[in-house]
Amino acid sequence: MGEAAHRVLGLTDSEFDLIVEKLGREPNRVELAMFSLLWSEHCAYKHSRKLLRRLPTEGERVVMGPGENAGAVSIGEAHAIAFKVESHNHPSAVEPFQGAATGVGGILRDVFALGARPIAILDSLRFGELDSVRSRHLLDGAVRGIGHYGNSIGVPTVGGEIYFEAPYEHNCLVNAMCVGIAKRDEMVRAAAAGVGNAVVLIGASTGRDGIGGASVLASAELGDGDEAKRPTVQIGDPFEESKVLECCLELLGKGLLVSLQDLGAAGLTSSASEMASAGGVGIDIDVARVPLREADMEPFEIMVSESQERMLAVVEPGRVGEVLAVCEKWQTGGAEIGAIADSGLVRVLRDGEVVGEIPVEALVDGCPLYDLEPAEPDGWIYGNRATLGESATPAETLLALLGSPSVASKRWAFEQYDSIVGSRTARRPESADAAVLAIPEADAAIAVSIDGNGRRVACDPYAGTVEAVLECAQNLACAGAEPLGLTNCLNFGNPEKPATAWQLDRSVQGLADACTALGVPVVGGNVSLYNEGPEGPIYPTPVVGMVGELPDPILAAPSAFAAAGDAIALLGPFEPTLAGSELAKLRGELEAGLPQPDVAAVAAACAAVRAAVRAGLLASAHDVSDGGLACALAEAAIGSDLGCSVDLQHLRERGCSPEEALFGEGPGGFVISGAREKLESLAGDGVAVLHLGKVGGETIEIAAGDRSLTVPLGEAENAWRSLAV
Amino acid sequence: MVWGVVQFPGSCDERDALHACELAGGEARLIWHESRDLDGVDAVVVPGGFSYGDYLRAGAIARFSPAMEAVAEFAAGGGPVLGICNGFQVLCEADLLPGALLVNDNLRFVCRQVELVDDGDERLSIPAKHGEGRYWAPDEMLDAIEAGGQVAFRYAPGQNPNGSARDIAGVRNEAGNVLGLMPHPEHAVDAMTGSTDGLRIFEALARVGNPA
Repeated sequence: MGEAAHRVLGLTDSEFDLIVEKLGREPNRVELAMFSLLWSEHCAYKHSRKLLRRLPTEGERVVMGPGENAGAVSIGEAHAIAFKVESHNHPSAVEPFQGAATGVGGILRDVFALGARPIAILDSLRFGELDSVRSRHLLDGAVRGIGHYGNSIGVPTVGGEIYFEAPYEHNCLVNAMCVGIAKRDEMVRAAAAGVGNAVVLIGASTGRDGIGGASVLASAELGDGDEAKRPTVQIGDPFEESKVLECCLELLGKGLLVSLQDLGAAGLTSSASEMASAGGVGIDIDVARVPLREADMEPFEIMVSESQERMLAVVEPGRVGEVLAVCEKWQTGGAEIGAIADSGLVRVLRDGEVVGEIPVEALVDGCPLYDLEPAEPDGWIYGNRATLGESATPAETLLALLGSPSVASKRWAFEQYDSIVGSRTARRPESADAAVLAIPEADAAIAVSIDGNGRRVACDPYAGTVEAVLECAQNLACAGAEPLGLTNCLNFGNPEKPATAWQLDRSVQGLADACTALGVPVVGGNVSLYNEGPEGPIYPTPVVGMVGELPDPILAAPSAFAAAGDAIALLGPFEPTLAGSELAKLRGELEAGLPQPDVAAVAAACAAVRAAVRAGLLASAHDVSDGGLACALAEAAIGSDLGCSVDLQHLRERGCSPEEALFGEGPGGFVISGAREKLESLAGDGVAVLHLGKVGGETIEIAAGDRSLTVPLGEAENAWRSLAV
Repeated sequence: MVWGVVQFPGSCDERDALHACELAGGEARLIWHESRDLDGVDAVVVPGGFSYGDYLRAGAIARFSPAMEAVAEFAAGGGPVLGICNGFQVLCEADLLPGALLVNDNLRFVCRQVELVDDGDERLSIPAKHGEGRYWAPDEMLDAIEAGGQVAFRYAPGQNPNGSARDIAGVRNEAGNVLGLMPHPEHAVDAMTGSTDGLRIFEALARVGNPA
């Protein structure tokens, strides 16, 4: 076994040399496999870790920050809301059903590893355009996979977003977010502690799932008929996970665990070494004691297997029997497989004989971190494809936008998800701008949103990322919620390429600046790089998940109009342009550049809407995003089955053309409805309220100079509800 | 009034059912699937979810649990039993109700608020959420069920989410003490989360279990 093996496993020559230097010798088969995984981009964040240090992570409500299995913020006197988002992009592109399902499974485990009961799932998905058979296949598989896992385990999927853009054709994105609730004094950290304590593996047996490239290390040749050695796609079993979840929560409730970690990417290798690193201890794992699905697995296979539905626990020796009894009650696996040592080493044994040993520090923190070499690309690098003709009338344009899959209703997808199990869901998908869940334990409620627009980030990575954070804050404001914390998944191309490095650098800076300006800490997140193929990288896609608090779930405003005769107004510093807009995309006119957002002004608008919603002053509140103001008005009308008649004159007085007023995009716009005096009372102190018109009738009538339009409500609804596979 | 809600590995809506029972009046407790003792309850609810991971067929394994043996005896003695969604599937597998639940006609899980019509022509707004909710029985059995007044609920015209035969959403046994329905009344008991029409179903069951 020579040099070639390390390259096949993704390690560079200089990384291999560094390993040899740290060990004082060449690594053996088991050790090489472990290094190749822990030193991979996915686990080590080699190209992003330095950048992520810019993010603000502290705040008085933060209970758990980055570095733990998930982040958490306090709520009420005694509770915490745990949450995190993670990607499962590459597996979903290969096998969308299981890729998406196991993505959900993985993020659920991250949350209950803290001792929090999962109470909600949200998903942010990106595919190529729907005229591609492949993209329809991936969309269908991913939606079924998310539904399968979430529905079966009984955690409601309450929100999400789906976008369709050509740059994602070969690299789809599946980002899964989970929210959970815990009692603050029952939460547990991942750091292993207590030399002499036992290490217990809980859950499913270990097989060859996800071994992938490491199979080059198999000691026997891969023969044509040798099925048993072939690496397999990770298969999720939500029923097993429901048993593991109840088992772990019971163990934590009874104080039987010193620490807990889920097994995800790189399986036992990453869990064991990360737990040991966090605790400043060593760890011994005897692979002969790991319950196996296939009897002839080699030590390296057992250490890198990504079999699902497994957790690693540290337990005081005297309590191992009680722990195994709880596992037995829940009919899930439990096995003592090792111990915490004073060695500072991760030692892999087979039946007591050492088959690999690596200093913890070398494995977890020894990986070199790379600086990016960013260089701004020359203009727009993603191409354009026009699908809407020059001669389209304003009415036809509105219908084309409403029917565009990225803008259209996602009801086809969310009706495949159980959004109500658990009895907390006060606002189901599409009824309000954010999902709203009751938290009676804390006499409060939370609102959750997940947002990101890769195309706009591609136009300007800094401004586009700031906009993503503002979008979340605006959605939460419509629900009357104050942001408590943020999680993010950074989905980018190859960071070794200067243009992508530039996108990543600018995007992280935008995220840091927006979070600092809004006072919202980043409590955790995930990075997925190398999302690109021969045709080029995906749009730079930072996905932001935000959790906010409101005093009473019934306050959250609906997105749709409520009653004929209600006044309609536009609140906020909205200054729309066609830059980066869905209309520019349909016309094939995308180019680099976005206006710089005025974060303070948008924050003031959010505060005004939040206060108004809490005071019951608004009949509806809906933030303006994809497709611009005309689409926001149409969505509010369709949802209420009531038309509207509005005039955009006041908005045009801000200096935008009729077309920009109708279809331009940008942050800071809220469509609100209700009694006219109440709407107008919100103006003042830097917050503008523009009267637009009123609710009623059977058409959507928008006066906008020479671009005025009238569209029958039924036609608008047919266009907006056209997305299905 | 004491309610018992059976809990299998993989049940999802048992706590929601407990809460709904208590709102209808009385005390509600979980019955672990391995227990043969119903602990003197006045009514039993078999809740929604994915008991035993829907392995083999939805409800196929749950029907053999010790708790379900006890529930069968309780039902034979006239005790009121309500099966919701997976619970309905379990009761059909256990032959406590006629017919079977097959995969939805569009082959997908569907979660949607639907309108039901009860045998008194009252309308109820209740959420449905299932992948295998298409009620089916051979025609002669369907004729007998209808003639015997055993159809407890139908989906309102145009609201059938899964292709159920004759729009049947819920059925009773011949004796009238066992009721199964696919939609989830336990998720329609609180205005905060939707309609409160589901409470009526629990209240009706309470009257059977605890006649004044």
